Amino acid sequence: MEPLMALAIGLLYATAIYMMLRRSIVKLVIGLMLLSNAANLLIFTSAGMTRGAPPLIPEGALAPAGQVADPLPQALVLTAIVIAFGVLAFAVVLIRRAYEIVKADDLDKMKDTDT
Amino acid sequence: MVKSGTIILNTAARLLMPLQLLFSVFLLLRGHDEPGGGFIAGLVAAGAFILYLFAFGVTATKEVLRMVDPRDLIGLGLLLGTLSILPAWFVGEAFFTAQWWEIPGIGFKASTPLIFDIGVYLAVLGTLLAAIMTLMEVDKDEP
Amino acid sequence: MQLAVLSGFVLAAFAPLLQRWCGARTSLVLALYPAALALWLLTQLPAVMGGEVLVFSLEWVPALGMSLTFLLDGLSMLFALLITVIGTFVLIYAGGYLKGHPDLVCFHVVIVAFMVSMLGLVLADGLMTLFVFWELTSITSYLLIGFNHTDLEARKSARQGLFVTVGGGLALMAGLVMLAIAGDSWSLQELLSGGEVLREHALYLPMLLCLLGGAFTKSAQFPFHFWLPNAMAAPTPVSAYLHSATMVKAGIYLLARLHPGLGGTELWIGILSVVGALTMFTGAFLALRHTNIKKLLAYSTIMALGTLTMLLGIGTEGALIAFVTFLLAHSLYKGALFMVAGILDHETGTKDVTAMGGLRRLMPVTAMVACISALSLAGVPPLFGFIGKELMFESVLEVGSFRAIIFLLSFAAAIFTIAVAAIVVLRPFFGERRETPKAAHEAPSAMLAGPVGLATLTLAFGLLPVLAGTGLLTAAASAVAGEPLTVSLSLWHGINLPLIMSLVSLALGYLVFRHWEWLRGNLARLDPLFAHGPEAGYENLMDGIVRVSEWQTRVLQNGYMRNYIMVMVVMLIALVGNSLLLRHAPEFAISLDVQFHEAVVAGLMVMGALFACISRSRLAAVASVGIMGFCIALIFILFSAPDLGITQLLVETLTVILLILVLFRLPRFASLSTPLERVRDLVVAGSMGVLIMLLILTVVDSNQFVPVSGYMIENSVPLAHGRNIVNVILVDYRALDTLGEIFVLALAAIGVIAMLKLRAPKPEPKSAGKGQGAKESADG
Repeated sequence: MEPLMALAIGLLYATAIYMMLRRSIVKLVIGLMLLSNAANLLIFTSAGMTRGAPPLIPEGALAPAGQVADPLPQALVLTAIVIAFGVLAFAVVLIRRAYEIVKADDLDKMKDTDT
Repeated sequence: MVKSGTIILNTAARLLMPLQLLFSVFLLLRGHDEPGGGFIAGLVAAGAFILYLFAFGVTATKEVLRMVDPRDLIGLGLLLGTLSILPAWFVGEAFFTAQWWEIPGIGFKASTPLIFDIGVYLAVLGTLLAAIMTLMEVDKDEP
Repeated sequence: MQLAVLSGFVLAAFAPLLQRWCGARTSLVLALYPAALALWLLTQLPAVMGGEVLVFSLEWVPALGMSLTFLLDGLSMLFALLITVIGTFVLIYAGGYLKGHPDLVCFHVVIVAFMVSMLGLVLADGLMTLFVFWELTSITSYLLIGFNHTDLEARKSARQGLFVTVGGGLALMAGLVMLAIAGDSWSLQELLSGGEVLREHALYLPMLLCLLGGAFTKSAQFPFHFWLPNAMAAPTPVSAYLHSATMVKAGIYLLARLHPGLGGTELWIGILSVVGALTMFTGAFLALRHTNIKKLLAYSTIMALGTLTMLLGIGTEGALIAFVTFLLAHSLYKGALFMVAGILDHETGTKDVTAMGGLRRLMPVTAMVACISALSLAGVPPLFGFIGKELMFESVLEVGSFRAIIFLLSFAAAIFTIAVAAIVVLRPFFGERRETPKAAHEAPSAMLAGPVGLATLTLAFGLLPVLAGTGLLTAAASAVAGEPLTVSLSLWHGINLPLIMSLVSLALGYLVFRHWEWLRGNLARLDPLFAHGPEAGYENLMDGIVRVSEWQTRVLQNGYMRNYIMVMVVMLIALVGNSLLLRHAPEFAISLDVQFHEAVVAGLMVMGALFACISRSRLAAVASVGIMGFCIALIFILFSAPDLGITQLLVETLTVILLILVLFRLPRFASLSTPLERVRDLVVAGSMGVLIMLLILTVVDSNQFVPVSGYMIENSVPLAHGRNIVNVILVDYRALDTLGEIFVLALAAIGVIAMLKLRAPKPEPKSAGKGQGAKESADG
């Protein structure tokens, strides 16, 4: 599964970067969303992908039965997902305010501090 | 922009919100053993309020929340998260060392990680509510 | 000992409070501190004179082997005594000089802090301790030069002094680090006992150059001498203290300190003696161009610093004895002369020596002090300066290499110095009375105490050289030499070459003084030449730095978002690609262990992303990003991450809600780029995608590292009492990270609220009330 995921994540990254390089501010937001998702998947995939063995320990046992998926990247990605949401909320509101003030959707027109 | 919803949405929201909140507390408490935990529970609880928000609008939701401002929730969450690291200090261990206490009678295990998780829950809930409610409020002010 | 010295910083902090309690007497109270330290040092004097090296060590972080160690040997003792004694006089003097100045409090704070830094510098044993105190003196000196902060010139001079000395400080740090590497120790004491190792180390040349860079800038050696005369913008007590007696000698101290370890090589002798002699001549010669009494003294200080450097460079036994003698003599008379200059400025309202005259009747005490000190400066017997100069001539005659140059330069310097001494004392005090801006009268006793004290020492040491010579100076000279020396000073050596040189230079010096006006007129013609001096070089360098930073800001910080992203992405591709492709040739096996439904989910995910990219409708783009997010949630669930799946699902839902709330406030998609730009962006984005793909393939295939989560899995139930390992990691093993993350979330929320609710008041007359309202509603 990893090679397929590598291809998919590569494509996700490519779309994300392409969108972030646009001048239209809404596209920047879309690019940001794609990038954060791609990064999460990158971390998740790098640890290796395991089917059907969640990092849970059965009731009464001291250790999981057999090999389980690595829990550490999962913990990292979990917080990253929520943080990405916080950052996204911040970014869209920032862009909304900027648009209200500058009245331009072209990032190239937002290059001065005094507008 | 977002108007109060239809009868179906209203009724569903009225019924679902308490259930969702209850479910979120359930997820929070079982999080240490089964899938769940502060982040997920906080998101579910936020979902409950946001559903209500869409059905009845900001003013009504604020009434439901009564005295509690989402921003206070964030503060409370951060406070709980920070406080939960202190008990270890009093028993002479390093910061963040988990402490467990058995509550007699019901056999429930209280612990600093649980307090911490509640802090996470409140912080996530507060953040989401604050962001979305502020957005909707501003929208209402400037049609 | 350390505490006694460092408590000075505490004292400095409390100086404003003292000001409230003691009022005008604050300076006197503060002067008790250096006086007490000086007394304590005197009690240690017998031990030090016996050749002992007192070590005071204070463990700081024993686990890291860090300690604060002070070292008290002859050299440190000499400097520490100078700092404390002159410091006492200067504080008393400043109380009179700056009486009623609104910033007197600041002055007290900074000058005491400076005093402590200087003491720390000369006492430090650790190289880093030395460096820290060194930089502290630079900073406090900056604050003191810029004391008259409403004066543009003063600010400019302060900045110049700071840039030059701190620039040298950087070189010094590099030098000290190399020294520590070469000698394998951070302790001066240990380093200097192993001189051979240092001198033969491969790093000797760069190390020496860096250390000299630090010392030369601090001690205003040619071609860095220009900052010192400009630093005369400082109030006179500061000039007397920092810019003659102490701080500028820090570089000299460093050279003397390192002499046993690094000195004696061809390189050391060559650089130090030639630079020293050049500085000597430059200082004495340039002094004649000026009529401002402080500038005259500043240039003669440069001359003295050059002399000291040169003597260290010559490095023979006689030269080292001359070094310590001259050092002591110079500090005494120059401190006194600066204070006299301050008195003149204070009482007559001018600093121009040509505007003063005949003041000796009005200010007899000041005139007396000035005469003694200036005669010492000129090197006239029976004053201490004479002994210093005799010894200096003696060692110049002993020089091995560059003899002719050094001899000529130092002889010329001596002549000009005598002329300067004559100008400084004869012009203001003798001759016919001239009207000055203020009606001159004798200075108050507080301002006289310091100069009188120093002049008395000059006279005493001159008449009874034994007082200074046998004890302290022997110890100091031995410390500089690194082996025991015996100093026996006397006024009369019999008729020999140095004496003849002294007499000839006196006569010639007087001649120069007689024709000073004429000489100065001619020197003024050389002014265009000075436009190309080292100071102009400094100005050009500064302008250049400003221009470069303007240029790079224009290029890199140009305000175009996509350029920033482009630069970052391209750098990332270059760096990661470099190590991925060139360092580890990517090796991976492609195994296609894919089930049908997994492939469908992954395909759907990519489709969602691609559609978001090409869609022309905002809503469609958001929806397709949503589809991609749900597919990711599915992948998480399929591959053993239930918590992640649930989180992703919930967040994705909330994201769509958020975007829909905001989207209609945002502009529609627009096509703004040219086709060429699109192709360029596609290439960059495509390379990034390929790079990431290769990266994942390589990473997944490598088994170089054992996962760190083994411990977490094993101890999840026994120690953390939790069966959901992911949650245990979040709230227990790595709770600190999580705490940080919820703080980030809270910050994002605060940012959102702030941006939406707190509006800048609109530029209308009634805006104040409106802004208030917005604020209240945000608080409510």
